[in-house]
Amino acid sequence: MLLEVKDIHVHYGKIEALKGISVEVNEGEIVTLIGANGAGKTTTLKTISGLRPLSSGNITFDGNDISKMPGHQRVVAGLGQAPEGRGVFPGMTVQDNLLMGAYTRSGDFSADLEEVYELFPRLKERRTQMGGTMSGGEQQMLAIGRALMAKPKLLLLDEPSMGLAPLIVQQIFSIIEEINRRGTTVLLVEQNAQQALKLAHRAYVLETGKVVKSAPADELLNDPAVQAAYLGGGVAHDLVEEAAGAPGSASAPEEPA
Amino acid sequence: MNQKNPLAGFRDGLGRFGDAVHDRWLSTPGWQRWVLYVLLIVGALLLPSESLAPIMSPYTDWATILFFPIGTYVVLAIGLNVVVGQAGLLDLGFVAFYAVGGYAMALIGTRLGWNFWLILVVGIGICALSGLTLGAPTLRLRGDYLAIVTLGFGEIIRITARNTDEIGGPNGIRGIPHPPSIEDFSLFGVNFSEVFGVDPFKYGNLNTHPYYYLLVALAVIVIILVKRWEKSRVGRAWAAIREDEDAAEVMGVPTFRFKLLAFAIGASIGGAMGVLWAAKSISINPNDFQFLLSATILAAVVMGGSGNLPGVMLGAFLVAWLPERFRGLQEYRMLIFGAVLVALMIFRPEGLLPSRQRKAELQEGTGGMGTLGAEVPGPDSQVEEVASK
Repeated sequence: MLLEVKDIHVHYGKIEALKGISVEVNEGEIVTLIGANGAGKTTTLKTISGLRPLSSGNITFDGNDISKMPGHQRVVAGLGQAPEGRGVFPGMTVQDNLLMGAYTRSGDFSADLEEVYELFPRLKERRTQMGGTMSGGEQQMLAIGRALMAKPKLLLLDEPSMGLAPLIVQQIFSIIEEINRRGTTVLLVEQNAQQALKLAHRAYVLETGKVVKSAPADELLNDPAVQAAYLGGGVAHDLVEEAAGAPGSASAPEEPA
Repeated sequence: MNQKNPLAGFRDGLGRFGDAVHDRWLSTPGWQRWVLYVLLIVGALLLPSESLAPIMSPYTDWATILFFPIGTYVVLAIGLNVVVGQAGLLDLGFVAFYAVGGYAMALIGTRLGWNFWLILVVGIGICALSGLTLGAPTLRLRGDYLAIVTLGFGEIIRITARNTDEIGGPNGIRGIPHPPSIEDFSLFGVNFSEVFGVDPFKYGNLNTHPYYYLLVALAVIVIILVKRWEKSRVGRAWAAIREDEDAAEVMGVPTFRFKLLAFAIGASIGGAMGVLWAAKSISINPNDFQFLLSATILAAVVMGGSGNLPGVMLGAFLVAWLPERFRGLQEYRMLIFGAVLVALMIFRPEGLLPSRQRKAELQEGTGGMGTLGAEVPGPDSQVEEVASK
């Protein structure tokens, strides 16, 4: 097991945001955390990457207890994150942003840069452009590429679809799949549950700071309760999907019928 | 952005000119840069010339104001720029470190009778330590919260000094020794006081020139060090912290440690200037270290182009020089000074000579200015995040 999150509790002041969350990620998997706004998905991710302190519980990564390790050391240990809201450095060029991703490493990164540019040809075109002047989709690509520059064993992605057009989301999700195929384990937090479930191997459903369900992703995709709550199951949803002509509209909720 | 008007045209023109100069500089070969550096230093050393005095300062002694406030503000601004411009930490109490340096010189000089040079080293150490002491508990705060704490610290130092009779209370300390002099200095058989009319290392009460030369030397050393840091891994880490602290942490930057380092370096520079200033002034008292000085230096940094060294130095020069230049206008000079500041912020919100990086950060709008402009994730927003469940 690459990552084991065991019964973690996290507080914001007196308010308990995570009430004993346990998540496991095996090597080579794509695991997703889905749930509504405020369910604790982002907090879980921030706690794993060390941006939020734990109140109790523990996190084991790659065989080591990292519960008390500061965030910057977790990067060295092999945790890479593309933070919520992308967190691109606006005043640095695309290339400098990527090099910032390799901050903990020393030596020659040109091969890694090429690999990222190969995954995201768009970034190569814009390598001298300032991060802040790029479109949302490009910034998301940059955030993912930057996280890859640290050569992580586990890539944490926080809402990569946020605020992006459906076509761009498709594109980014297929790149995530490619990254996983090349050997990086992925833990994905998403509100776009349907997309996330189609991509992931396993999923956890979070509600008000607790895991309410965990199962293989395709099982959840067909679970009526999950459909109703997160996949917008029902007539209205189908109409919207047809009207939008969204790719892949034939799959998911309709399948069990 | 906004519709074209002559002012916007002027503004854009100024920006383009700045970019052109910047590009020219980037493509300048090394030896040409060195020529310019030497010229700048020589220029700085010739600056107190009497022939400039009628233009630059018709109302006060030019060489005197060149040391204080102009030179002093420039060095302080370079120090504050490390904290505000590079690491993006809003420090409203920078004067505290200047005060600590001044008092270190005054106390050690009068009580223990140490040599100026020794006190300079010790004073820098004390200031770095006080920077760490203030930073360690407070640098976990962000943005506005940090600003409030540093503001408080600045006042605490001043008020403590005023109420501690052991260090002179409100009267301060008198009889601070000058740096040791070298009289009748000559180099290659040239006697400086005979040829140039100035004995460059004779630190007395009458002539300001020697102190000004000392200040230039200090400034040059500080600039070299600061520039080296800026281009190193440390500088990149500061830039990342300024632009997005959380992102910097998940890139593996030990953000807290680097913020502490910025604080300690800024404090050391402020402290070094404090030592030098006290050594010239003979006497200091708590009122020399008002909050207004912190605010003025911060204004110089922001106005000149936070993060860009030449800009910051220009800003400090103007902030110090303008009120002196227009001293003849009596009370109106502060009105004019204020109007100039307002006008600058309207027409050049990014500062007179901003760094390109900073411009991009500002255009991005939200997180750009580091803690100067970022939305601050304080306790409230965290509660909201949870309360929205």
